[in-house]
Amino acid sequence: MSPSPASKDVLVRIRGLSFNRGRRVIFDKIDLDILRGSVTAIMGPSGTGKTTLLKLIGGQLRPDAGTIEVDGLDVHALSTRELYRLRIRMGMLFQSGALLTDLSVFDNIAYPLREHTRLSASMIRKLVLLKLEAVGLRGVHDMMPAALSGGMARRVAMARAIALDPMMIMYDEPFTGQDPISMGVLVRLIRRLNDAARVSSIVVSHDVAETLSIADRAYVISEGKVVESGTPEQLRNSHSASTRQFIDGLSDGPVAFHYPTQTSLADELLEGRA
Amino acid sequence: MIDWLASLGRVGLTSAARLGRANLLMFAMWGGIPAMLRRPRLLLEQLYSVGVLTILIIAVSGTFVGMVLGLQGYYILSRFGAEATLGVMVAASLVRELGPVVTALLFAGRAGSALAAEIGLMKSTEQLSGLEMMAVNPQHRVLTPRLVAGILSMPLLAAMFSMLGVYGGWFVGVGLLGVDDGTYWVQMQSQIDWHEDIINGVIKSLVFGVVCTWIAIFQGYDCVPTSEGVSRATTRTVVHSSLAVLGLDFVLTALMFN
Amino acid sequence: MSKTTQLEVLVGAFIAAGFVALFFLAMQVSNLGTLNSGDSYQVKARFDNIGGLKVKAPVTLAGVEVGRVLDIYYDAKDFRAVAVLGIYSQYNQIPDDTFAKILTAGLLGEQYVGLDPGGSESMLKEGSEIAVTQSALVLEDVVGQFIYGKAQEGAK
Repeated sequence: MSPSPASKDVLVRIRGLSFNRGRRVIFDKIDLDILRGSVTAIMGPSGTGKTTLLKLIGGQLRPDAGTIEVDGLDVHALSTRELYRLRIRMGMLFQSGALLTDLSVFDNIAYPLREHTRLSASMIRKLVLLKLEAVGLRGVHDMMPAALSGGMARRVAMARAIALDPMMIMYDEPFTGQDPISMGVLVRLIRRLNDAARVSSIVVSHDVAETLSIADRAYVISEGKVVESGTPEQLRNSHSASTRQFIDGLSDGPVAFHYPTQTSLADELLEGRA
Repeated sequence: MIDWLASLGRVGLTSAARLGRANLLMFAMWGGIPAMLRRPRLLLEQLYSVGVLTILIIAVSGTFVGMVLGLQGYYILSRFGAEATLGVMVAASLVRELGPVVTALLFAGRAGSALAAEIGLMKSTEQLSGLEMMAVNPQHRVLTPRLVAGILSMPLLAAMFSMLGVYGGWFVGVGLLGVDDGTYWVQMQSQIDWHEDIINGVIKSLVFGVVCTWIAIFQGYDCVPTSEGVSRATTRTVVHSSLAVLGLDFVLTALMFN
Repeated sequence: MSKTTQLEVLVGAFIAAGFVALFFLAMQVSNLGTLNSGDSYQVKARFDNIGGLKVKAPVTLAGVEVGRVLDIYYDAKDFRAVAVLGIYSQYNQIPDDTFAKILTAGLLGEQYVGLDPGGSESMLKEGSEIAVTQSALVLEDVVGQFIYGKAQEGAK
């Protein structure tokens, strides 16, 4: 599909990845490359396992076949200790934020710092405030996560994800359920963090317009396959039916409006009468 | 018939798989003890929420169970002119059975359900996954301190229950019904054996502590991460813990006092 | 900081209260407190029949507990039961011709050893043996004797 980029530019290299959940095929031998320093969007209809992909990259799930290399390391061949060391260099923003509800905003962001560094308390304080400033929320550092709005919680979680200055950040559906204002804030933040800190970003989303507006490259996944990849421009001009349906938001197409059934509507209605 | 057999087989397989996961989890949690000892504060917080917050219900129930034992025991024993052995009866029933068992049942309802719900919610809000991605082992960090706190709290709570029960029985027997104060205590001391009764009671409550906390943590950790799943986990915690405590109590009693 | 201290104090109080309760159970409820209350010296007493006497049963003198039964065994030489009595050291003024009998507390109560002091000048000490004993009352024997006595009366 796409020309294979030089290996030193590739941060995450996925080859022949297959993953099943029960009898359902989530991924069927997919290949993906995520380039250093870029924002890569992974898009697809709900239920295509985009979150699963992030969990596979983070080593929380094991693939049934295929390999995932992050920064040259095969994630699923690492020992637990090595995997944990790799995860320190990965940031992940969960859909719900996943802030620890029994700690304040400040302590949440300080958590990875206290855990993995031997910095002094005053140094940690400075770093936490800097990270909060970066997401524009220095004012909330003594609040509890429950008191934050959804968008604010996500920005705090972003500050936590960048606390250890990771080489990559994975965003799991960052725009879901956000009002237009906080959506705009999040979009700008993802791009800014990516460029300012020179990290690589993986954005998993089904919000087409927002995601494509910041992505350098995008993949569209549908029914376990990568159906399209390229720059946002290439995707917008794509002729593939499933890509078109997804990008234009058509209700019927390769992904049918009707969930597949065995019987016809007429049969099922008549059956109730018998 | 075939369907029935198939569903029986499925139930068997899922239970076996669940038991296996529970054992793996237990094993993983023990591995977190060294890390926990380096952060005693985590254990402290759990001792508070598992132990301290359970004291009130234990104290109230212990006192009243003792008072009822004093009353009932007095009526029965006085028929045989054996009121003198009231202290023995109250203390023996509390130390051997009621202390460990009722404490464990109350513990499952008060602390166990709270543990399961808390862990289940942490799972459904992705907090456990979040810790994992921050390169922190959630089993060691979140679960181990809770397990240890539960195991440590149970014998202490059971001892408080028994002590207050003995005083509750004393209050009714000696204070209200006129059993001789000295007889109450001396008879008790001569009949209750330090090793056979007290130590065995402590062993029982330790076992119950392990089982109840283990069940609660496993149910929370293994739950389906939805609100329905969490509520099922709390219900299961109470039901499974109660059944396990009552069943194990019989086995332990048979082993100890045969 | 004060929140931390409060937590520590509460947890500390919880643990302390738990151990106080355990200590109470050990010392006040069980026999641990009475078992080790100072030293004791051992005295043997032979009985024809010890009835339901058990190890750890109290040994009393004038109603006061002065010791415990430490051990009971059967002596095959003279076909009698030997009870080893541990008498607390502070009761070292018990004459050596003291009379030991097995009594029952109440109709259904436990059995214990009662001592009736004699008039000897020398006192019981470690290893002495009580010479005069009275066995436990076995209910069947008492009833049997009573019926035999009645039958004798009727025969007259």
